[in-house]
Amino acid sequence: MAEARDENTRSYLPAGMPAPVPAGDGVDREFWEGARRHELMIQRCKDCGTFQMTPEWICHNCHSLEVGWHRSSGRGRIYSFERVWHPAHPALKGACPYLVVVVALPDSGNVRLVGNLLGDPMQEVRFDAPVEAVFEDHEGYTLIQWRAL
Amino acid sequence: MSSDFTVRDKVAIAGIGETKYYKRGGAPVAEFRLALEAIKLAAADAGIPIKQLDGIASYSNDRNDSVRVATALGLPELRFSNMFWGGGGGGGSGAIGNAAAAIVAGYANYVVVYRALAQGQFGRFGQTPALKGISGPPAYTWPYGMSTPAQWIALRTRRFMHDHNVTEDALAAIAMACYHHAQTNPRAIMYGRPLSRKDYDESRWIVEPFHLYDCCMENDGAAAVIVTSAERARDLKQKPARLMAAAQGSDFRQGAASENGPDYATSNFKTLAPRLYAMAGIEPKDVDVAQVYENFTGAVMASIVEHGFCHPDEARDFFKFENLIAPSGKLPINTSGGNLAECYMHGLELIIEAVRQVRGTSTAQVKDAEISMVVSGPMVAPVSDLILHA
Repeated sequence: MAEARDENTRSYLPAGMPAPVPAGDGVDREFWEGARRHELMIQRCKDCGTFQMTPEWICHNCHSLEVGWHRSSGRGRIYSFERVWHPAHPALKGACPYLVVVVALPDSGNVRLVGNLLGDPMQEVRFDAPVEAVFEDHEGYTLIQWRAL
Repeated sequence: MSSDFTVRDKVAIAGIGETKYYKRGGAPVAEFRLALEAIKLAAADAGIPIKQLDGIASYSNDRNDSVRVATALGLPELRFSNMFWGGGGGGGSGAIGNAAAAIVAGYANYVVVYRALAQGQFGRFGQTPALKGISGPPAYTWPYGMSTPAQWIALRTRRFMHDHNVTEDALAAIAMACYHHAQTNPRAIMYGRPLSRKDYDESRWIVEPFHLYDCCMENDGAAAVIVTSAERARDLKQKPARLMAAAQGSDFRQGAASENGPDYATSNFKTLAPRLYAMAGIEPKDVDVAQVYENFTGAVMASIVEHGFCHPDEARDFFKFENLIAPSGKLPINTSGGNLAECYMHGLELIIEAVRQVRGTSTAQVKDAEISMVVSGPMVAPVSDLILHA
């Protein structure tokens, strides 16, 4: 991946960050398994069609317990962003600054995901700029990152 | 709202107590001992024997268990024991509100609300533990280096600033007002450390748009407050600070993780503030002084807007240093220095300062202050508020 900043892991942030682990009760297994398959899966109510993040056992709109999954195109818009300068985790010492973005997914009810914006951390970031998901594979899990279009 | 179901004027804060405040990790004694010391000071301030306490309320998962406190103090009869859900400062006013509800309901007569912190003995707030894996809501943010309150509140602040055309000047004004008030408060950690605009601008970024001085401190110490009926408070040692209103709660899906609160750049007070004013029977313009929980300046700005003190699109003009300072700014805030410059006691120190304003004993006293507000916990969920008057 051209945008990788860590030579060894080929990832945006250095090795040693906590890995996402699906919840023990299974509520978000499909989200993380989808990421593993390089598919962005968003929870969607089978009865009323409402999208929701993060996954839950019930639809917050109609209270149906039949909540299913929708595959998003992975195209989104930057809803907010920040440049982080202070390392709050030991693995991030020496990795600042880096960019965090909140991305809204118009094809999935505008639910939002948090990730890193790949590329130069000092790049100019614009609200509503189009981005697309980039699946960043690690040993045993996959992160969903974002590339400006 | 039916007057049968209100705490308005039925309850008062009768006593306040604070240990010395220390820099993070600087407390020379155990956290539990700090809690006990603050409770002793609050009871002495109220002029009641400690053994008269029959209720305990706290928030933010305070580690100092109520039964251990009741046992250590030899309380003959613990009649109310309560914890407000949620972390951070969201429950400060909520714990007082719960104590008030207990008194009005007849569960207890003298409820102590306390908060104690010793971060040398325990872990830090501003650091993320070095875990190998994480599940649940943090799984969607921690792996991307978005794990601290500064980082999530910066994201929401950035969006608020974009939506309402606000600049960094507003954030600087809030930080400088807090530091200004700490300069007359000898209890304040930042007493003798004034903050100029140059200092602010030259301080390091924590996470844009927050400089170092936009962020609360981390401190050690303890604070406690005695809540009792307004009737009993009249016969005690201090001028009572009567509860005019208390409210707690959270807006639609504000607990949605991975930054999915539908109303995003909000302090989470849009449904709560109208309830608060309705119970108090007042409007924002009637408030003389406000203690607004500063986790970060951006959240202070959003909560002042959502409490109706200015229109969001007027924030640029409202958030000026001169509007925010005692004795006669439009809305003097955080008159002890607050979480930014007095002490980060999870906002219980803000409630104590609101009491001082009603008593007329603040070190940055607002002229003729009658109505004194506290805002607890912006940009978290749940949040809470209270209003005091003489």
